[in-house]
Amino acid sequence: MQAKPIKIAILAMGGEGGGVLANWIVALGEHNGYIAQTTSVPGVAQRTGATIYYVELFPKSQIKGDKAPVLALMPMPGDVDVVLASELMEAGRAVQRGFVTPDRTTLITSTHRVYSIAEKTAMGDGRVDSEALIEHTRAAAKKYIHFDMAKAAEEAGSVISAVLFGALSASGVLPFSREQFEQTIERGGVGVKPSLRAFANAYRRVGNEGAADEQTDAKIRDLSQINPKHPKVAALVNQVRQQFPEDSQAIIVEGVRRLIDFQDVDYAQLYVQRLLQVQQKAHADDTALLRETGRYLALWMSFEDAIRVAELKTRSSRFERVQDEVKLADGQILTINEYMHPRVEEISEILPCTKLGRWLLKPSSWGHKLLRKFTQEGRVIQTSSLRGFLMLHTLGGLKRWRRKTLRYQVEQERIEKWLARIEQNAGSHPALALEIARTQRLVKGYGDTHLRGLKNFHTVMEALDRHQNRISPDILQTLRDAALADEQGKELDKALKAHALA
Amino acid sequence: MAERSFVEEVKKLRLGDGEVFSGEGILAVTKALLESGVSYVAGYQGAPISHLMDVLADAQDILTDYGIRFENSASEATAAASLAASVNYPLRGAVTFKATVGTNVASDALANLASGGVKGGALIIVGEDYGEGSSIMQERSHAFAMKSQIWMLDPRPNLPCIVQAVKDGFDLSEASNTPVMLQLRIRACHVHGQFVASDNKRAKFSLKEAMEQPERDIDRIVLPPASFLHEKEKVEQRWPAAIRFIEERQLNEFFGDDNEDIGLIVQGGGYNSVIRALEHLGLADVFGESKIPLYVMNVAYPLIDSELIKFCEGKRAVLVLEEGQPNFVEQNITAILNRHKCQTELHGKDFLPMAGEYNTQTMLKGIRAFLEHYGRIEPLPAPKPTVVPRVEDNKRKVEVSDLSQAVEAAEVKPMGSLDENVHARPPGFCTGCPERPIFTAMKLVERELGEHHVSADIGCHLFSILPPFNLGNTTMGYGLGGAGAAALNTDQSEKRAISIMGDGGFWHNGLTSGIANAVFNQSDNLTIVVDNSYTAATGGQDILSSKAQNPTRSTGHLIEKAARGVGVKWLRTIKRTYDLKAMTESLREALTTKTKGPKVIIAQSECMLNRQRRERGQVRKAIAAGERVVRERFGVDPDTCTGDHSCIRLSGCPSLSIRPNPDALRTDPVATVMNSCVGCGLCGEVSHAAILCPSFYRAQIISNPTGMDKFREKLRRGIISWFQRRSAAKREQYAF
Repeated sequence: MQAKPIKIAILAMGGEGGGVLANWIVALGEHNGYIAQTTSVPGVAQRTGATIYYVELFPKSQIKGDKAPVLALMPMPGDVDVVLASELMEAGRAVQRGFVTPDRTTLITSTHRVYSIAEKTAMGDGRVDSEALIEHTRAAAKKYIHFDMAKAAEEAGSVISAVLFGALSASGVLPFSREQFEQTIERGGVGVKPSLRAFANAYRRVGNEGAADEQTDAKIRDLSQINPKHPKVAALVNQVRQQFPEDSQAIIVEGVRRLIDFQDVDYAQLYVQRLLQVQQKAHADDTALLRETGRYLALWMSFEDAIRVAELKTRSSRFERVQDEVKLADGQILTINEYMHPRVEEISEILPCTKLGRWLLKPSSWGHKLLRKFTQEGRVIQTSSLRGFLMLHTLGGLKRWRRKTLRYQVEQERIEKWLARIEQNAGSHPALALEIARTQRLVKGYGDTHLRGLKNFHTVMEALDRHQNRISPDILQTLRDAALADEQGKELDKALKAHALA
Repeated sequence: MAERSFVEEVKKLRLGDGEVFSGEGILAVTKALLESGVSYVAGYQGAPISHLMDVLADAQDILTDYGIRFENSASEATAAASLAASVNYPLRGAVTFKATVGTNVASDALANLASGGVKGGALIIVGEDYGEGSSIMQERSHAFAMKSQIWMLDPRPNLPCIVQAVKDGFDLSEASNTPVMLQLRIRACHVHGQFVASDNKRAKFSLKEAMEQPERDIDRIVLPPASFLHEKEKVEQRWPAAIRFIEERQLNEFFGDDNEDIGLIVQGGGYNSVIRALEHLGLADVFGESKIPLYVMNVAYPLIDSELIKFCEGKRAVLVLEEGQPNFVEQNITAILNRHKCQTELHGKDFLPMAGEYNTQTMLKGIRAFLEHYGRIEPLPAPKPTVVPRVEDNKRKVEVSDLSQAVEAAEVKPMGSLDENVHARPPGFCTGCPERPIFTAMKLVERELGEHHVSADIGCHLFSILPPFNLGNTTMGYGLGGAGAAALNTDQSEKRAISIMGDGGFWHNGLTSGIANAVFNQSDNLTIVVDNSYTAATGGQDILSSKAQNPTRSTGHLIEKAARGVGVKWLRTIKRTYDLKAMTESLREALTTKTKGPKVIIAQSECMLNRQRRERGQVRKAIAAGERVVRERFGVDPDTCTGDHSCIRLSGCPSLSIRPNPDALRTDPVATVMNSCVGCGLCGEVSHAAILCPSFYRAQIISNPTGMDKFREKLRRGIISWFQRRSAAKREQYAF
């Protein structure tokens, strides 16, 4: 049996060091008695696209006379020994293209995600299922090594290519020692120390059976651990525990927490009251409706007015978060600048006098005209400066008069109307009630985005009111998804027409 | 200055006889040029030969040592016309560009060159951009070689063969007085390998001699009656001379077992894939020992009748593996076999697909079908229908007890297929790219004025046709953005067509074909010239309007002056494309102004990729030296972001992404800015201009702060944290 070349494909995105990795493998081979060939198609792939680097290695010891091996310039499906993917979806692409086969391919992939433009631009949640990607790629490979290499690289202060190189070494598929791998990095001479650290991280990781990172979803806190200090709060939490079914409690308690934070305990009580009303109308075992109504009611009641934004922006916890995010080092100083563009609408709606607010909103009033002049342009406010901080802090302080604002009153009316629709259907048509509750998801954002969402919400709700007897929960869900499909509302129009609801 | 520096690698160009060269294909070609004794080289960058131009630019001291003139040509036409130096003088010259688009531009000069013929060796190195990863229309340069009668080499894709082809190319050109094209496929250009070097050669005849003793031969000029003479000369003298040379030098190769009665014919560039395919069929080994006879045409044009007849003699059938259509080679062989009354059955596109790249997989399929047809191998047994037993999917079983805590428990959805979960990844604008705000502005203006016809051009800016911008209706070629909208001019519409043109395209031909043409024909359209100081898409090479100080090129010539020079009256220059307000205002004005005549907006900001490469080192040094340095980056507050992603739809920046919502109640992912952010400022401008959310912040990180910085910080922090502590304490009362 004749020796065959070792075939390695690297799937990476532009700027991820796929070229560096390919060059390392070539240098590793050439220095240790192998003939190495690599090719790639760079070009536009360098500009954020995905690309394949392909390497073949052939032992010099197997060469007869002066005959050089004929090495291929691109991978062939079903004929690849090692596939290295710098990101999870790229691993999926390798499988899709047939480069990974269960009879021989070792697939080494990072599990972190670099989201595709389609995932990023979705108006709601457009992310694909990472778990599905992991399962499919695992099933396709002979040997499967996967962990979050972006994290491993970051911990080492290095880049993903070094982690992949370490994982490749530890996987044991190449006939080279760890020493030979590490010497390759050293000979390269660029960023040697961090690269070696990342290499070692990966080596240790794979050596310890390379368990996948568990993506822990610790967003919802354990209910049994909750013990509020404040008596009124404790009473409210107890009420939730006693009066709501167990598997809706977690979310409702989160709602209570949110609304105390947003306004005060009384407001949280109103939230619980409203939910209790829904519960009275709902079937006893309909916890899904309570959960989802609980979620969206809390979100709606904590609507994002300028007061809320100002308060969140000035908190110490927020300052600390920014420090972490920008990785502030000792001795460095941080300033934070906010981008705000309050318009007449946003200002009018938070004045603690609805009459004044309404007057300012009238385009014909001189107040409106004056205010508009001053709000043509966005403002940059430096929260880390005294002036900026005190301004936002004062704005956040308007919270205590929030109940007198126009925005508050308008939002309460909208909420009541929405809840009425849910309650109306909770008994007779619980599935529809559930979808009505979820439609609140359309209302989000600020300024134009908020207006658009609200418009879509009203369009869907009006269709529901007019065609009560024809709209199934499924259609309602379709309408909601359509509303989230594009900014111009084209898909929503189409969906309405398709169901003869327009 | 180009994106990739070859300063280290070009040292390899000085290797002497017997030393082993190890590196990329394109660098090997440069070394081969030096070993061939060239007197001049020129070209225009574009994948896959951009690196060849970059290598030459970085190797100028070596070129100077050998008295070689090197030009960054204004266009491929300029490059091709430079070969005129080889018409009257025994000067060897080489030019290079991307095929076939470059050949299209160069075709006028190439046709004239080929008609008159050459005395010195003239080599045209074309980077054939066909198949996977190609960025151009799928055509082949082969047609150009045929129509102008230029010989075309397509060597086997390994370094020794490529280097040899360069040397053979010059010899062939001189032996037949015909220019020669060396076709290098994209992977061959970037292939890493080794070859044994020879000494570099200095040309025997110098440029100085040519200039001081000019020669004139009216028979070499394309004008009747000489042009009629050229045609006869081509067929009666140059062609036969080429055939003789190719036969004697044995440029084409025969491999494999001669006892077989079937065979394969392939161009050199496809050789490796054929061998790999045969290896899979058990008919060849890794060293290319094939049981099936192979005729490998390292000369793709002209075809050599004698060799083909010799190969086909005694064979029942041969298969031609020729990529692309029309199948020029197959048709040509058919004619040859016919003329020689050869009975061998010829196959080609009947066993292989008409269109598309011939990768190993495709070749394997075609060769297998051919061999099965002639009973050389057994057909694969038909796959037995397999019965997949129904098994419970244990892996995804979820414990019921877990569900009570999980919020989404009721919504566990079945796992989607792989195809559903793998998206396309189209190329896009880089992090902080200054071209992005131009299209963001166009998107914002579109909201007010409606959609416009957008004539796109070639360059990074063409990414505007993809999500998230989806702007651009046609693209007609490099620099032809303006020309592409020429017909869309009418008094009957209020709207104006918008053309995009890059600075590269502008100097390539856009100034005349687009701007001057619009002035002359009294167009009313708008042309946006994207001026980012480089031909960015091809790797950041300098051009006339580059701001960089380039010691060997004259830069700093303003696009604005050139446009005004050809008569543009309405012109706005925007010095900073990130200034979204200025961008949108200018666009709005250009599209609504009552002023007649062409409108030109020049949008300037340096290519961020090049800028970062230039500045990163400087910043690192400054910080190390203890200087005060302010770095800016953007961020998103997850508690105010509601997950609509409008910001991403208006930007598309790679460092603006999404992440799981940390909020317990919300489910849509929030926007996030990654640490790769370069703080270009667009995110802030967008949230102001489009009145988005207040979630964006700009962080300024001051390294090595001054005493004043520290004092102010201490003061601010003291007061601010007093307020913050007070508020936190209030919240803490109710917290749980």
